Formats: sequence, C-alpha cells, structure tokens
Amino acid sequence: MESGEIRILVVDDEMVVRDSLASWFEEEGYEVGTAASGKEALQRMQEGSWDIGLLDIKMPGMDGLELQRKMKEIDPAVQIIIMTAYASVQTAVDALKDGAYDYIVKPFDPDQLVHIIRNATEHKKLSADSERLRRKVDEETEEQTVIGESAQMRRVMELVRQVARTDSTVLILGESGTGKELIARAIHNHSPRRYMPIVTVNCGALPEGILESELFGHEKGAFTGAQYKRKGKFELADGGTIFLDEISDISSKTQSDLLRVLEEKKITRVGGNREIVVDFRVIAATNRDLAGSVKEGRFRQDLYYRLNVFSIELAPLRERPEDILPIARHFLKKFNLAMGRQVKGFTPDTERKLIAHDWPGNVRELENAIERAYVVSEADLIGAYCLPFSDEAGISGNKVESLTEVEKKHIEKALLKTGWNISRAAKLLEIDRVTLYNKIKKFDLQRPE
Amino acid sequence: MNVIDFIEIGPVPAGLFRELARAVAEEVGVAWRAMEHPLDPEYALIPNRVQYNSTEIVTDLIDMKPKDSLRIMGITEVDLCIPILTFVFGEAQLGCCAAVASLHRLHQEFYGLPPDPRLLFERAVKEILHELGHTFGLRHCPDYSCVMHSSTIVDEIDLKGDTYCSPCRQSVEACKAKRSAASS
Repeated sequence: MESGEIRILVVDDEMVVRDSLASWFEEEGYEVGTAASGKEALQRMQEGSWDIGLLDIKMPGMDGLELQRKMKEIDPAVQIIIMTAYASVQTAVDALKDGAYDYIVKPFDPDQLVHIIRNATEHKKLSADSERLRRKVDEETEEQTVIGESAQMRRVMELVRQVARTDSTVLILGESGTGKELIARAIHNHSPRRYMPIVTVNCGALPEGILESELFGHEKGAFTGAQYKRKGKFELADGGTIFLDEISDISSKTQSDLLRVLEEKKITRVGGNREIVVDFRVIAATNRDLAGSVKEGRFRQDLYYRLNVFSIELAPLRERPEDILPIARHFLKKFNLAMGRQVKGFTPDTERKLIAHDWPGNVRELENAIERAYVVSEADLIGAYCLPFSDEAGISGNKVESLTEVEKKHIEKALLKTGWNISRAAKLLEIDRVTLYNKIKKFDLQRPE
Repeated sequence: MNVIDFIEIGPVPAGLFRELARAVAEEVGVAWRAMEHPLDPEYALIPNRVQYNSTEIVTDLIDMKPKDSLRIMGITEVDLCIPILTFVFGEAQLGCCAAVASLHRLHQEFYGLPPDPRLLFERAVKEILHELGHTFGLRHCPDYSCVMHSSTIVDEIDLKGDTYCSPCRQSVEACKAKRSAASS
C-alpha cells in the first residue's frame, strides 16, 4: 500500500495537535481527516472508511477507549493507535486489551510515529491478506467435498463432521484407493485446525531410518549426509494435522517412538537432545487388518489403542455401486476444468459398464479409468469403447466365486425351497441330516423370520 | 527574476548563513537576499521543553515576507518542535510561502561527536531545500536519492541526495514559472 492510499483519522480535542499532525501526515503523503471529539469522529466514520485512527485517550465526553470500541464496531478492520500524555502501563494495557494496535506517548518522536504508522499499515494489509486466504481456504474446502450418495458414504460424512469438531485421533480403515487421504483432508478441513497445515507421511514408502528422520527431523551431523538441521513432519504439522498413511507398515522401533510422541506431544530430532513441544492432531490410515496385526504381535497394542480412538471404515466401491456414477461425473467435471473441454457425460452403455465393473482399485482406479476415457474420447458423450477394461474383466456378474461361497449359496437355496425342512433339504442335496446341520452351523445360516 | 529572502532566527554564524543561502538559491535557480534584521525567536519558546514552536515561527514569517519575494526561508540554531512531536528539523506550510529549518540537530556535537563543519553544511543545504520543496507543494518523495525523501533521523538526511529528483524539480520549476508569469 502506498502512503497516498492510506486514510488516517486524527481525533484530539486540542486543535494544535490535530493541525500539526494533519500537516505532518499530509507532507508524508497520507490522506488525513480530523475530528475534535468522539462524536465528530463517529460522524466521519459514516462518511467513509479510515485505515488508521489516531485517538487521544483523554477527551471531554467520549474518551479514546470508548471511541475505539465504537469505531471497531463500525469497522473492525480499522487500526487504532491511542495517543496518551501519560506513560501509564495500565492505560496501554487497557487500550491494547480493547483491540488497539498500539499506543504512543505524547509528545512523540517523529521516527517513532513514522514506524508506528508504517507497521499499522502493514498489519492492516496482512490482516486483509489473511482474511482473503481464509475465505479461499473455506471456498476450497467446500469444493473438496467427498462425493457419495450411498448410505455408507453419508454415514462416513456424518462421522467426519462429528469427529472434526474434536481433537481426537482418528483411524481410517479401507482398501487401497477408497479415498482414505480424502477423508483425512475432509476431517482436517472441517476442524478448527483448517487454517494450519495438514502434513501427509506415507509410512510404508520409507525405510525405518529415513522414516524416523522424516517424522522427527534431524540435527546437523546426526548421520552421514545430514549436512543441515531439518525439521520433521511433526514440527511442520505444528498447529495442524499429521496424516500417517499405511501406519501398519512401521517398524517396532518407530512404533515405540511414535507412541511416546503421541503421549507426550513432544519430539526430539534425530541426533538431538532437546525436546520440542508440538501441537498436532493425528489421523492414521491403513488398508490392513490392524487388529489382526496386534493379535499376531506385529503391531503394538498400546499404539493401536492410541490410534483407534475413533475409527472410520471406508467401504470398497463395489459395495456401494450407487456412488460410482456420481464420482465418475465428478471426475469428468474435474477433467473438463483442467483440460478446457466440455464433455457432457457418458453414454448409457458406458454408465452400465461403469456400474457393472468390480473396481478392485476402488476410487483411484475409477479416476484413472475416467481420465483415460476422457483423453481417448472425441465425442460429447464418452462411449464404452473408451473405457480401459473389457466387458468381461472385473465385472461382478462374471466373477468366479470360491467353492465355499457357491456351497453356502446352494445350501441356502435348498433350505429356502423346502421352507427350512431339514430332512427334505438334505434329501435334495443328497447329504445326510447331520452333515446339513454341520454345514448350517459352519456357514452361520439363519432361518428367516 | 524570482528571489528568496533568507532570515536569521536568533544568531547564526554569518559566514555559514550566507553560504547556505547562496548554495540553496543556486540549486533552486533563483536570486537570494538576506533580510536585514534577524527575528528573535523568544516568543516561540516552550519553557518546559526548552524548544521553540516552529509553527508559530512559520506563521510570523508568512507576515514578514516581502511582496516581491518568491519565498521566505528562516534559518536558526535553536531546537524546533511542534507540540505533538519531540522535535522537528524544520517546518513549512505545504504550498505556502514560508519555511524554517533548524541547524540544532544537524551538528555532530549534538550526537556527542567531534564537530564536522562540512557535514553540517551538507545537512543544512538538504534540510533547507527540503522545507522549501514543501512550500512549492511537494510531499515526501519515494525516491531515496531525492532531497524530498522523508527523513526523521539525521542518518536519513545523510543518506539522501542534495538535489530534487526529476518530477520534483518539474514541480519547483512550475511554481517558479507561475510566479514569474504573475509578476510580469
């Protein structure tokens, strides 16, 4: 901001102060207004906005502190500097408590005045920038809404909103490609920490030594090649969220270090001896059966309980086919924006194939398939021939089921046909009654109500 | 030709006063005169601060300006201030005809250093040109090398140049031309 763009309102009951400050600011190139009382200042506030208010603390009628409150009510962005003839700490504390940017003792040093005005201007600009960025974050948060119309995804989003308000650790479970990181980001974006960073660590991608340095940072000379001091991901996430993906893949040493950090909220850089206090929220994710890993002794039980305060399970895409088309359309919109085309949608045949496909790679596979089809297609509607899979591959209807599944279904069918008459069903199946009872128990089949 | 009247406010070494007037007039491109009687600044004394109110002095200078003069410029050794500021190096009314500059805080001795007459002269020329610039309607200039650049400490006076930058020079010339046209 150039000084010419800054408007300063000087409020003082002494004319000599108003006039001398007005001419001084004019020489500096600021736009200046004056008011002899709080009442007049409030009138001038109605005429237009002021960037800085320089208010005398002692005035007949409304004093500087009261005027400051009223000016802030009219325009919260105005930067108030209180002028006082008495260097009282209490006055300064009262002014600052009430939201003044600073205070200055009369008479003031010209250099001090220049700096205080420059700093207030800079502060106002930074506040405006910060507000703009917050609005942008909020807008982008809205744009990053998780897509899904199925009951499962609606329930997941309900859980996301519930847990986002708290600071609890969250464990996200789900197959690869189900969108665990997207859910972690949704939790972060709906949380009070949303204006601070979310830092992602893929624990499975890094060997033990490197992961430790990555998580906790290292001091210069901590190991060969550590030429500089480096902050770890926990420090980088200070005030925000750390997302630990593929948590089941970490070594027992890192599990133990991680447990300590989660309990104490303090980290020590590799090669360092100073504890650094950090404020973070942890969201962890895995595509493995973490409880099973605990039973098998591959994952610490105490760490599991620390992480599993609140868990969210993401169903694979094949179990929520009603989400496939909305997600596919979302990706289409995204590619339209990114590539500057206007592809309108999918042909009915393409939609049928998309729904019928098994999606073993889940949402990630769906995104890749839509991107590939988008690139290949030249029409307004994407045809089935553009999809990167054939009719047979991965389609549920043609899926080869295991022998156990077939057996279970077949017995269930026989029982339903005979109205759960065990003797007739056994005869139909050409097995004895005891075997049928054992099979019913094995497959946990329940007679319908 | 346009002329600037220089006036001593309180005692100023005669040689220094005349040298400053000559150097400043040369830079502005005008003739100069020294007013016969110095102005006694005692009426502007603020006793509890042992400083002199520059606004009162400038107000008086406006009344003292000869009719044929382009500007009247006071030079003083006393310490100047305005009530709200602890001190000023000088004061001028923007676009008006009078200004005053103080040498008080331009002396090295003020900062506990050995005297340096050459540095004092350089600082004084800059300060007088600066205040005169305000009388020509100039505000503070963002150009660090321009004499109209803002200076609230003496180091900033030392850093800036002793001439007007091109746009500021044009404004000064425009004021002079306007005055010449009006008087002819």
